Parts: sequence; structure tokens; C-alpha cells
Amino acid sequence: MKRLLVVLGAACFVVLLIGAMLDLAPASIALHAAVSANLPSSGVEHPVTAVLLNFRGYDTLLEIAVLLLALIVILAIGIDSTTDVRPAASPVLQALARLAAPLMIVVAVYLLWVGAFRPGGAFQAGAVLAAAAVLLHLAELLPGWQSPGLRLRLGLAGGFLIFLAVAAGLLFQGALLEYPPEQAGWMILLIESGLTVSLGLILAGLFLLLSRDDGDRS
Amino acid sequence: MSLEFVFDLLLALAIIWSAWRSLSASRLDLAIVMFIVFGLLMALAWARLSASDIGLAEAAIGAGLTGALLLDAYGALKRREA
Amino acid sequence: MSAGLLFASVGVILFALGVAGVLLLGHLLRRILAFNVMGSGAFLVLVGLAQRNGIADPVPQAMVLTGIVVAVAATALALALVRRLYVLTGKIELPQDDEG
Repeated sequence: MKRLLVVLGAACFVVLLIGAMLDLAPASIALHAAVSANLPSSGVEHPVTAVLLNFRGYDTLLEIAVLLLALIVILAIGIDSTTDVRPAASPVLQALARLAAPLMIVVAVYLLWVGAFRPGGAFQAGAVLAAAAVLLHLAELLPGWQSPGLRLRLGLAGGFLIFLAVAAGLLFQGALLEYPPEQAGWMILLIESGLTVSLGLILAGLFLLLSRDDGDRS
Repeated sequence: MSLEFVFDLLLALAIIWSAWRSLSASRLDLAIVMFIVFGLLMALAWARLSASDIGLAEAAIGAGLTGALLLDAYGALKRREA
Repeated sequence: MSAGLLFASVGVILFALGVAGVLLLGHLLRRILAFNVMGSGAFLVLVGLAQRNGIADPVPQAMVLTGIVVAVAATALALALVRRLYVLTGKIELPQDDEG
């Protein structure tokens, strides 16, 4: 009975919403035109990066805060995995991981740098860094994190703190996160570098904290 | 009907099919693998929408990292069951 | 029909699939899968609908990029909670679930 109701409801939803979308009038505001008009003053040449770090920098600031919060909650929950016995990693995987990890770091730096001109940026670079850490962990070259030390904590929070510091510094000369056009370029690069490191560590932490090998915690 | 539209249509069908399979597969490991397939197809769809930024992120995060997290959780639950 | 509109329709279908999955599936890992499918559907609607005239729009693209990263954090948090629940109760389902 419940199943039938849900399926019927979902079907009605699909029909109505697609019908409404086909019927929708053209948008009255053209956001892409506004973006390309203001692109020269944003400090970067790639529109998506300009939106992320400049026009809508507020969202990105809150996003990294949300990520940090998720990681802190995972730390607080604590998963004990006393019976976790993993099969040993194969030597082939270990050799491959040793080869791939440095390359992945190079790719991450490239993605970070290229984000100013074409698709790429802090998010993708952070994801690649995190993937490198996960690969090393699966090859048993990098142990799972028990409880992060001071340096790791600084790395995790650093991106958010740098972002917040720049945002607060800009408050004195106007609005939150409104960069002066001539300095926007390096400010965005600074924020993005911090974001890349922190995002990589946080995303890796989501995995490494969830798969701690031996549980000293209860 | 242009060739591009045919490709888009096939891609759309493949996305819906993989999403359906990842929700309806009777074996959980199969469902997770279908979800990773779904993520990769989504990355293709983002490329078709000329959103290569999202495509990159979706392939790395949506398919890669989420898939690894899910498979790891599945493995941990399985090991604990045994 | 433009590519944007086509993929926005796919997004609607995915969202409906995801909602039905979250409501009907009992296993919590499956619910997390359904939740992610739902999110992907919303992202497709967001970008596809904004680009229905065929012009790429960086604003929704940037928003969706943020959304994907937040979605993976939410997934990891949900998985941590599920694993904790399993350690504490030995179940991978919510207690009040009555398998309609």
C-alpha cells in the first residue's frame, strides 16, 4: 500500500514538474551576461572560479566551514573497529601507489594553478590530493588517523582560517569578501592554495577517520 | 534529429537506468558499483552541459571518493557480520 | 529540446527515484545511495534549467560544484552514523522501520 502510494506520488511529481519546465518562460535576468561583464575586475579569467571565489565567495566560505564541521562531528562520533582485520595489500598495488601518488600531487598543483584560466581549481585539486591519500592508505603505506595532532588540525582548519582572515581583513575597506580589483588575483590564489590543502586533508580525513585500523577508542 | 541529440538521449537513458539499478539491485555491493557507474555517467552529462568543472569534481568526488567511502563501509559491515 | 532541458528532465526523474528510494528502502546504506541520487537530480535540474537556452551559465555551475563537495561530506557523516549505529545495536536499519 505504502509502496503504491509512493510510486504514484513520484510519478505525478515527475509529470507535473517536467510539464512545468517545458512551459517555463525564458529567464528575465541573464546571470551569465552579468558574470562576463564583471569578469575583468574579478582577478581570474575563468568564470566558474570567479563566481566561486569572488562573486559568491560567501558560499564557498560557508561550504568549507560545513566540511570542517562534518569532519569534527565524525571525530566526535568515533568508530571503534576492534575486529577490523584487512587483507594485506598486494605488492603490485603498493608499487603502483608509490608511482601514482607523486604524480597525483603534481596534477593537484596543476589543477590549482590552471583554475584561474580554465576548468580546474581548489575543489578538483583538493579531491585529487584526497584521492592520493586514500590510495596510499589502501596500499597500507599511510596508516589511518587515530586522533589528529596539532599540525594536522592546523592543516584541516587552515583553509577556512585563511579564507576567514582575508574576509575579515577586507571588512575594513568595504564589504565582506569584496576584493579590490588590482589585488584580487593573488588574494584568490592565496585562498585557493589554503583551500586545496584543507580540502584535500578534510576529504582524505573523511575516509581515513572512518577506516581507522585498530580501535583504541570505544 | 541530430547525432548530438541521439547521444544525449542515450546518455540520459543510461543515467536513469544506472540510478534505477543502484537502488533496486538485490546485492548491496552490486548496488554500490552501479552507483559509481552512475557517478561516471553523470560526469559525462556535465561535460555535455559544458560544465567541465563539475564534470571533473563529479568524477573525482561523486564517483571516486563517495564510491570508496561506500565500499569501505560495506566492507566494514561485512567483516563485522562474519 | 535543448540538452539543458533534456538533462533537467532527467534530473526530475532522478529526484523522484531518490525520494521513492529514501521512503521505501529499509537498509540504511541503500537509503544513503538513494539520498545521493536525489542530490544528483537536484543538481541536474539546477544547471540544466538555467542552460535551457543553450548558453553556459557559470553561476549555477559554481553552486553545484559547492553542492557536490557538501554532498560527499554529508554522505561520509551519514556513513559514520550508520557504522556507529551498527556497532551499538547490530542493526543497519532504523528501529521504527516497518517495511511497508
